[in-house]
Amino acid sequence: MEASRHWRLKQERYTLMGEICPHCKEKIFPPRDFCPACGEDARNLFQFNGRGEVYSFTTVYQAPAGYEENAPYTIALVRLEEGPMLTAQLTDMGDETVEIGMPVEMVTRRLRSDGERGMLVYGYKFRPHLARAISA
Amino acid sequence: MIAMEKKKKALSDIIIVGIGMTPVGEHWGKSIQELALDAITAARSDAAGLKPQALFVANMLAPYLSGQTQLAALLADFAGLRGIEAVTLEAAGASGGVALRQAYLALASGLIDTALVVGVEKVTDRSSAELEAALSTASDADHEAVHGITSTAQAAILMRRYIYENNMPADALAYFSINAHTNAATNPNAMYRRTIQIEDYTHASMVSEPVNMFDAAPIADGAAALFLVRDDGSPNMLPHPRVRIAASAAISTAVALHDRTDPLELFTSAESSKLTLQQAGLKHDDIDLFELHDQYSVYAALSLEAVGFAERGQGWRLALDGAISRGGRIPICTFGGSKARGDTGGATGVYQLAEATLQLQGRAGENQIANAKIAMVQCLGGAGATAATHILELVDGS
Repeated sequence: MEASRHWRLKQERYTLMGEICPHCKEKIFPPRDFCPACGEDARNLFQFNGRGEVYSFTTVYQAPAGYEENAPYTIALVRLEEGPMLTAQLTDMGDETVEIGMPVEMVTRRLRSDGERGMLVYGYKFRPHLARAISA
Repeated sequence: MIAMEKKKKALSDIIIVGIGMTPVGEHWGKSIQELALDAITAARSDAAGLKPQALFVANMLAPYLSGQTQLAALLADFAGLRGIEAVTLEAAGASGGVALRQAYLALASGLIDTALVVGVEKVTDRSSAELEAALSTASDADHEAVHGITSTAQAAILMRRYIYENNMPADALAYFSINAHTNAATNPNAMYRRTIQIEDYTHASMVSEPVNMFDAAPIADGAAALFLVRDDGSPNMLPHPRVRIAASAAISTAVALHDRTDPLELFTSAESSKLTLQQAGLKHDDIDLFELHDQYSVYAALSLEAVGFAERGQGWRLALDGAISRGGRIPICTFGGSKARGDTGGATGVYQLAEATLQLQGRAGENQIANAKIAMVQCLGGAGATAATHILELVDGS
């Protein structure tokens, strides 16, 4: 069930909290304590604004164990506005077709349920960011 | 650097003296230890019955799918080698290459004289959903797998971006699969021996768009083994020529695909291959064949680019033009690769090395590349978080 593991990760998963490197100013997600860009210590928290764009995506039909209930789902690499990239499911697509470059915004959704008596795991997903798409 | 080079010249050659392989397939009647034993028996017999001092096992999925850790000790015992040094090496799909690297380092140190490397994977006892979940453990658990990523989804994400960034004909990547199937047709150990045509590719059903059935390698059971010794100057008593390890390198990077500076740049493939060419004092033109990571067709294209056989974004052209075929300038997947010989997870790297050895020894049968003297062999872990590259060279006059 790994309750403590998911509890440790909830700040980054629910709020997209990352870090900013005090040395080179690189924005870091997820928090990791060493800056991947300059290698120095980086523990200052940074709040990402939740907006990004789709770098690439695919739709999963043959889901791994634990994710069959959600299938088919679309999963993407999303480039956050502030620089880092992350992996997340896309949601609330409606009739929209996903395209590379599509603007998206973060929402908090259920990622997985571990059976009837299992833990519900929540985290970030991304949905189309309509306001930006219209004004673009 | 210069001090290291001088040291290298003083090292004795590390030689592959025997190889063994099982067919890749659904071995319902064989357990993981029985599969491994088949390959071990074949390799030891090929090496005239030598006994190894150390066993290096390449495996990724036994803990997850078979509930078995400490696999090396289990296999040593089962193979009648109780009491020897035995260790398992794991780096997802790069396990085979890193296992050879550890054997190489042990032999080169002078502290071990004979070693056996065996790669084995048993996947068919579990459901496909469990297998997908097991394979996903090669991705970043907290930041990729938790979102439902699969190895196929990662390849699809890369393939879509690759097509988006490059001006390439539709279905250009088909030629990797076509080449693989052509080569597997004459490989008795291959899982799929039917050749395919471009029409098969264009009509293939999607697995995870844009990856279709022919872009994705099947994963099944199998085992392959290599027997290695350090050259002590004695003449070759075996009926086949010896193959030396001319270079060896392993590199790691960020596990998550999204943490790479450029996801389409296989950094570990590039770095490890560059190191091996430097170590061996060779250029790209010297390489007669390249066993590369083709678990998905896009990785074959990206590997060719990373290693430098093609410019960035042009790897697909080598397939389309036939450069990768057995008669081409850089043959790949000469026995069918992961796509048609079949992928065996952590064992694939050892199959690649065994096949490259057969090529250099002139024992490749109908798959023989003419005048093969030098082979580059590379396996990747996950989406390239680990790469292990080796250059094998035929020892003349053996």
